[in-house]
Amino acid sequence: MTKVLVFIDNPGASLKKSSLELLTLARSLGESTVAINGDLSDDVAATFAEYGVGTVLHPSANDLGDFLVAPKAAYLAAAAETTGAGIVLVDNSPEGKEIAARLGIRLNAGVITDVVAVDPDGTAHKSVLAGSYNTACKATTAVSVLTLKANNVAPEPASAPSTPETATVEVPAVANAARITAREQKVASGRPDLTDARIVVAGGRGMDGDFGPVEELADALGAAVGASRAATDAGWISHDAQVGQTGKTVSPQLYISAGISGAIQQKAGMQTSKVIVAVNKDAESPVFEIADFGIIGDVFDVLPQAAAEIKKRKG
Amino acid sequence: MKIVVLVKHVPDAQFDRHLNGEGNTADRDESILSELDEYALEAALQLAEARGGSKAGNQVIALSMGPAGAVNAVKKSLQMGATEGVHLTDDALAGSDAAATSLALAAAVRHLGGVDLVLTGMASTDGETSLVPAQLAERLGLPQVTFASSLEVDGGRLTARRDADTSSETVEAPLPAVVSVTDQINEPRYPNFKGIIAAKRKSITTLSLADIGVDPAQVGFAGSWTTVTSAEERPPRTAGTIITDEGDAGIKLVDFLAAQKLL
Ligand SMILES: Cc1cc2nc3c(=O)[nH]c(=O)nc-3n(C[C@H](O)[C@H](O)[C@H](O)COP(=O)(O)OP(=O)(O)OC[C@H]3O[C@@H](n4cnc5c(N)ncnc54)[C@H](O)[C@@H]3O)c2cc1C
Repeated sequence: MTKVLVFIDNPGASLKKSSLELLTLARSLGESTVAINGDLSDDVAATFAEYGVGTVLHPSANDLGDFLVAPKAAYLAAAAETTGAGIVLVDNSPEGKEIAARLGIRLNAGVITDVVAVDPDGTAHKSVLAGSYNTACKATTAVSVLTLKANNVAPEPASAPSTPETATVEVPAVANAARITAREQKVASGRPDLTDARIVVAGGRGMDGDFGPVEELADALGAAVGASRAATDAGWISHDAQVGQTGKTVSPQLYISAGISGAIQQKAGMQTSKVIVAVNKDAESPVFEIADFGIIGDVFDVLPQAAAEIKKRKG
Repeated sequence: MKIVVLVKHVPDAQFDRHLNGEGNTADRDESILSELDEYALEAALQLAEARGGSKAGNQVIALSMGPAGAVNAVKKSLQMGATEGVHLTDDALAGSDAAATSLALAAAVRHLGGVDLVLTGMASTDGETSLVPAQLAERLGLPQVTFASSLEVDGGRLTARRDADTSSETVEAPLPAVVSVTDQINEPRYPNFKGIIAAKRKSITTLSLADIGVDPAQVGFAGSWTTVTSAEERPPRTAGTIITDEGDAGIKLVDFLAAQKLL
């Protein structure tokens, strides 16, 4: 049976949905071991058991988080070697991809990013060229390293829980790593996380400095708030909200684009959304070429009316 | 300072892009210098200028790996102000994945020798994996700083800022290092007339795999660690219903969401 190693950095007090997706996928591919970095809470330990994890590994050092990725990759490589993993699964965050990148070199393993599904034989599926092709790829090496995009696997506990063993992995010294010398925590918005939200309401330059209507509609729908680069560059909303080629890639059930023209770099981040709604007062905007439902109208009329109607219907 | 900037020749995203090369590689007919690499080049030029430019011995070397046409990415970099160009080209490189690409680029950087900094864009706009900068750093045994939104170099150390999901970080590393930069770091300059004329006099060195001591079996389709087994073009999204607001579009929007079971 293939041994599958899952990396979960700082699991915190409870596992994120994307981590549960990794555990679910790992179990479908073989026998799963988790390598964590950071503290293991009782709740998370219980979840590992529920998800059928065989072994939980800890690093011998506790300062991996003080450096950029290199020591984490070294730890994970050592973990993969001791467990004899054939597949290593990492989340698809920018950091996850970098850890995968370095890990690949350390293990002489092919790395595939942006994976949305994995077949039992290890073939990974992903879309490329801004969502215009669906491809199947495979590592030709003994070990494959895959980074899984959030929202593509339904989290499901094992049919029978496991009693995970624990073990410590010696972290090899890494001579040259960039050190994190300061960290400013960002204020949490209380809204769903953009990359794995089921619904995203995004605003662009058409919001003219006022994201209120976007936020109001997002809250009525329980949605995350996104933005075009024009809106983040103008400082109307934090850069984290940017969707697109140089921002986040989202693939929600519903994407509402408000006052956004639909430039190629914006489309690159959202065109795999299931349903796209666009509100724009210019009928010529390219966003209408990809919208399932387009409204030629003013965002300051349409968004508040829709938010009020949703609240009314939801009672 | 000796700065190498990796510049990639990529299919222009303004046009439809296709996978129709051998082994499902991208069709490179309508290709340009990856716009994300322009930010890396601009960052390199600013670092060099702040140190007295090329007169003071600062070198900004634009390095591109790719087929004959990729030399255009090097030429554009020279027009923007890079001091030298290097084009690594060899038939055996075709089909290289990130691992093979990083192997060849690492060998090219070693071949150039004495490099203080390798700058790259945050991702290529074709492969979009962001793997190469980290893999290059791992192969060269160098510290890596990715997604830098600011970059300063003071003596033998660099300081950068990067934006993570839940925090903003300041990071430090000794030189030499590999740094990838985002589109937040600067506003790339356009080549001006003077730059275009000056570029004609700058040299472009062509390197083959033999020049950098890489065995052809380690790169290209043969040396890659991943393979694309199938590729299917997604049907392009077709436009749906478009309505014009007559005072009730917000209500109609909610009706649509209800009908789609999205409420
Ligand atoms: C290297 C690079 C990377 C980039 N990366 C990204 C990226 O990741 N994400 C991204 O979004 N962009 C990115 N861009 C920028 C992109 O090219 C566009 O400039 C940007 O997406 C435009 O944002 P916008 O649609 O909000 O603004 P605009 O193009 O100005 O469009 C505003 C739209 O709002 C409409 N509007 C105005 N007022 C109203 C109103 N009252 N009611 C309704 N509609 C109204 C207008 O009709 C117009 O269509 C990138 C560009 C480059 C060069």
